[in-house]
Amino acid sequence: MLAKRIIPCLDIRGGKVVKGTNFEGVRDVADPVELAEFYNNSGADELVFYDITASYEERKLFSDTLIKVASRIFIPLTVGGGINSLDDFERVLGCGADKVSVNTGAIRDPSLIERAAKKYGDQCVVLSMDIKRFDGKFMIYSKGGREATGIEAVEWAYRGQESGAGELVVNSIDTDGVKGGFDLPMLEAISKRCHIPIIASGGAGKSDDFLTLFKELPTIDAGLAASVFHFKQVNIKELKKMLKSNGIPMRI
Amino acid sequence: MIAIINYGVGNLFSLSSSLKYLGFQSEITADSKKIRGADKIILPGVGAFSDAKNKLENAGLVPMLTSEALGGKPFLGICLGMQLLFELSYEYGEHEGLSLIKGKVVPMENRVAQGVKIPHMGWNELVITRKDPIFKYVDKGEYVYYVHSYFANECAENTIAFSTYGGINVTGAVVKNNIYGTQFHPEKSGDTGLRILKAFCEL
Repeated sequence: MLAKRIIPCLDIRGGKVVKGTNFEGVRDVADPVELAEFYNNSGADELVFYDITASYEERKLFSDTLIKVASRIFIPLTVGGGINSLDDFERVLGCGADKVSVNTGAIRDPSLIERAAKKYGDQCVVLSMDIKRFDGKFMIYSKGGREATGIEAVEWAYRGQESGAGELVVNSIDTDGVKGGFDLPMLEAISKRCHIPIIASGGAGKSDDFLTLFKELPTIDAGLAASVFHFKQVNIKELKKMLKSNGIPMRI
Repeated sequence: MIAIINYGVGNLFSLSSSLKYLGFQSEITADSKKIRGADKIILPGVGAFSDAKNKLENAGLVPMLTSEALGGKPFLGICLGMQLLFELSYEYGEHEGLSLIKGKVVPMENRVAQGVKIPHMGWNELVITRKDPIFKYVDKGEYVYYVHSYFANECAENTIAFSTYGGINVTGAVVKNNIYGTQFHPEKSGDTGLRILKAFCEL
């Protein structure tokens, strides 16, 4: 049986790991290589690297950081931020990424998902979505949550799946940084429509939030978080032990 | 030196980095002379079976790899590289493999329980069914990382480990004499995977 995954997310800006509240007021936390090694040793099942400003300022990811991480850490690595073309896929895959996450790039050009899936395989393409409630509907936002797109999230997720995305990251802007738990209604709405793996993101504030996520929504495959891990409010090793003792399949 | 076969299939960065990390010398190569001179051979691979087989053939590597493997050199096929060791694959048609190990590669679709997600992607528990030097550093209940939609079947006599998924036993690792195959990615399976690679490198 597949284990549920615990995934720390490292938002990178200027070669440092940062984390903000509701995407504003970002602050530096640590060296990405050091932090990645710490997480690997704590039992993280996967690591996600996002260049959080890339889609706004058209910055390219810091390939050197990625190469350093991929040379020392041998668990799946997902990279996102500023992925707008197959060349961007090629660039990060060449630096050791296993999966590439598209967000704003797919909103600009939805054919990117299909083209990338054909070239690199479905398992390589992750559709990451920043979602916020608007007028009682779940809506897609672009550019790190700064811009409304008018796209309805559940249909966008389904369309991504049909185009060849192998996995979805559902990031709730409404709960991001608030630390009140994952956005269960949003996750449920997406998981009812899609059958590919779903990674829940945004809102984890304590260990119990992960337990609630996997207990309430057994179709969710992974929980992703940043600041609760970076600031050591939740220790991944202890979290996974706790989840396992509560009947959630975990790699210990 | 360990030869990592380069035939234009998949990302070899992690495999090469993991061997370096473990302190073993390796080279990503398609050069027959270098492969013949290597102590060990690793055949990686991701993507579709027929495409990979064609690329191996076009690179003129099939007869040489076969003779090296049959000659007794430690040989490891990873993921699609393992599937290529078998006789046949039914991925998009019917394609011949290297026939180094008895068995067939079949789709997981319609074999796993309804509603179970394909590809089989993620960390799964490795159940070791036969003691083998390649598992000398691995304990019971460890997890390895899989990404695949087809799996090896009718290969029970050479199977040394499996994982369960959607109600089926997915062949996890096989061995025939010096020829090994792992469906999972040891180079992506954290510390467990590194220990398996180390054991292979020490054969």
